[in-house]
Amino acid sequence: MHPQNISQGLGELVDPLKFNHPLNLCGLTREKTFSLLKNMLTIRIIEEKISHLIVRGVVKTPCHLGTGQEAIAVGISENLTKHDYAFGTHRSHSHYLAMGGGVYELIAEVLGKKEGASKGMGGSMHLYGGEVGFMGSVPIVGATIPIAVGAAMAAKMDNNQAIAVCFFGDGAAEEGVLHESLNLASAYNLPVLFVCENNLYSSHLDINLRQPCDRVARFAQAHCIEAVTIDGNDVVGVRDASLNLIKKMRSECRPGFIEAVTYRWCGHVGPDENIDVGVRRSKSELDAWKQRDPIKRLRQAMMLEESLTESSYLQLVDNINGMVDEAIIKAEKAPYPKNEALYDLVYEA
Amino acid sequence: MKEHFLKNQTYGQAIRSGFEYLLENHKNVFAFGQGLWSPWYVGNSMTELEKQFGKERVIDSPVSELACTGAAIGASLCGYRPIVIHPRMDFMLLAMDQIINQAAKWRSMLGGQVSPAVTIRGIINRGGEQGAQHSQSLHSLFAHIPGLRVVMPSTVQDARDLLISSVLCDDPVVYIDDRWLYEREETLFFYDEHAIKTLSHQGPVLRREGTDITLVGAGFSAYQCELIAEELIKNHILSDVIDLRVINPLDVNLVQKSVKKTGRLCVIDGSWKNCGLAGEVISAVLEKIPLHHLKNNPLRITLPEAPAPCSRALEQNYYSDVKKMTLKIREKMGNVHAVTPV
Repeated sequence: MHPQNISQGLGELVDPLKFNHPLNLCGLTREKTFSLLKNMLTIRIIEEKISHLIVRGVVKTPCHLGTGQEAIAVGISENLTKHDYAFGTHRSHSHYLAMGGGVYELIAEVLGKKEGASKGMGGSMHLYGGEVGFMGSVPIVGATIPIAVGAAMAAKMDNNQAIAVCFFGDGAAEEGVLHESLNLASAYNLPVLFVCENNLYSSHLDINLRQPCDRVARFAQAHCIEAVTIDGNDVVGVRDASLNLIKKMRSECRPGFIEAVTYRWCGHVGPDENIDVGVRRSKSELDAWKQRDPIKRLRQAMMLEESLTESSYLQLVDNINGMVDEAIIKAEKAPYPKNEALYDLVYEA
Repeated sequence: MKEHFLKNQTYGQAIRSGFEYLLENHKNVFAFGQGLWSPWYVGNSMTELEKQFGKERVIDSPVSELACTGAAIGASLCGYRPIVIHPRMDFMLLAMDQIINQAAKWRSMLGGQVSPAVTIRGIINRGGEQGAQHSQSLHSLFAHIPGLRVVMPSTVQDARDLLISSVLCDDPVVYIDDRWLYEREETLFFYDEHAIKTLSHQGPVLRREGTDITLVGAGFSAYQCELIAEELIKNHILSDVIDLRVINPLDVNLVQKSVKKTGRLCVIDGSWKNCGLAGEVISAVLEKIPLHHLKNNPLRITLPEAPAPCSRALEQNYYSDVKKMTLKIREKMGNVHAVTPV
């Protein structure tokens, strides 16, 4: 690996043949590792089942799936509370769920139903879970970054040690608004955590064809913001890195930046693997990254230290499957928003 | 504001008293934008507010229209009522994603569960050979967008009261004031928050009553309508003058009612013609009232379809004045007295 010189490239972090070993659990309790596993699996299974709904033609709204990237949302939200403010992107099922958003509400939203997270008005790309601190996700790339900076302004004025978090992808680093937002957050010492999920692709296009260097954290360094670049498929590593950074951010009231390197198993939108649309993305690359699966690596580590058995794992999968299937059945039967919602929600009542 | 009124207050001072009222009475209000600590960015409309209320609540910002507007929206989602200030509205274009894609959409898009209660103040600052990028009146552009409320005060009283109503409104509001109005002077009455209607109940008002023609405008153009009405009186032509005040959502009932009475409509707008406010008002009237009420074709007086020039000679012709507009109205509206003797 390169020395920790942030202006250099990601080096081995982007090599799927590296970092595919069972995780170092760093002495976490069985209860904690089991909860991390359960949270990641829940996201994985829900998104797989959403894929089926898309294939069945039940869901038309664009769904950007984050399969393979679950460890980032789960690891970071471990260190957040409902008093913090999290903002997402077009690919935010994982962020919404990791913050504690309801499974049924997510599925109902994807189906455009009134009981959905956004009352059926948003679909997959516009999610809201204010009661758990998930303040909104939108598909305009980079748009929630300055909004999170403003939430951090509010938190600073409230003086209650809350922080704001914005999740975004490597593509957002090519939007000018990231630069403006980093500058503002740094100049004003605002407690906002920038989380770049660097999955190496923006839509179909390889980061190496879009940026002169694949390490997005270099932008944070340019704005004097403490940044770490980590393996985004290591949920324990993500949890630890954000634990340390968030602790400092809360006590010193300042911004932080985490770049988590990962890979999405599906294409930009929908369940297709998109191995035929990019210049580099290939079947062999995808297969290699599937060996660096964040869930598999945690599961293997837990089995090695004998805190998880094959049967208890299968039991967990069964339970989640049952819970999600039940939510889907209920959501398919649920009512759509009334036509009045079209006009009633444009302005305050 | 211990008196019931203050005499000889200017429009610029009235905006400042709006800020003063809000910052004093609403702890969740803060102002954010470029040049707020400078004596010359925003005229006399915010003079020394930072000394009165602290630099934590009256914040001079980096040169980042997009991030600052987004940050104001973010703070509004977390219980604050920020006013983000763009000292020239030409620069607001750098913040369009946050205004149009974000502020205007979040309430509807997220099922009515959030209130982006942000006020975005854009100042029209034109003339003085400032040229194409220091001159634009872009209100029609924002008025096109459902979810944004767009207000344009023309009187001293409205400069203060509509600012307060905008900030207390739960929706995103684009508040547009005009440097050409800053020296307008009137008596400013005591402000009573409970007696004033919420922004959603504010709309066009009749500034002057007449029988022969309906003159309509918003912001500085509404003021020009009042001055034109004074000129037309010299020719015994009596005008209904309607100040639109709020141009999105646009309520055209008052204009329709007036045109039914006068049979003549002229809309003045300080921006361009195509897809603009003047055309919108005219078509809204024509859609609704029986055509036999009309004694003339409606007229709109707008800017020439060209960017603002710098050169003094060209600029003189670019911006019309009250005399020229009065003449044009008299030409286009034919012999008013043949129809309506005074």
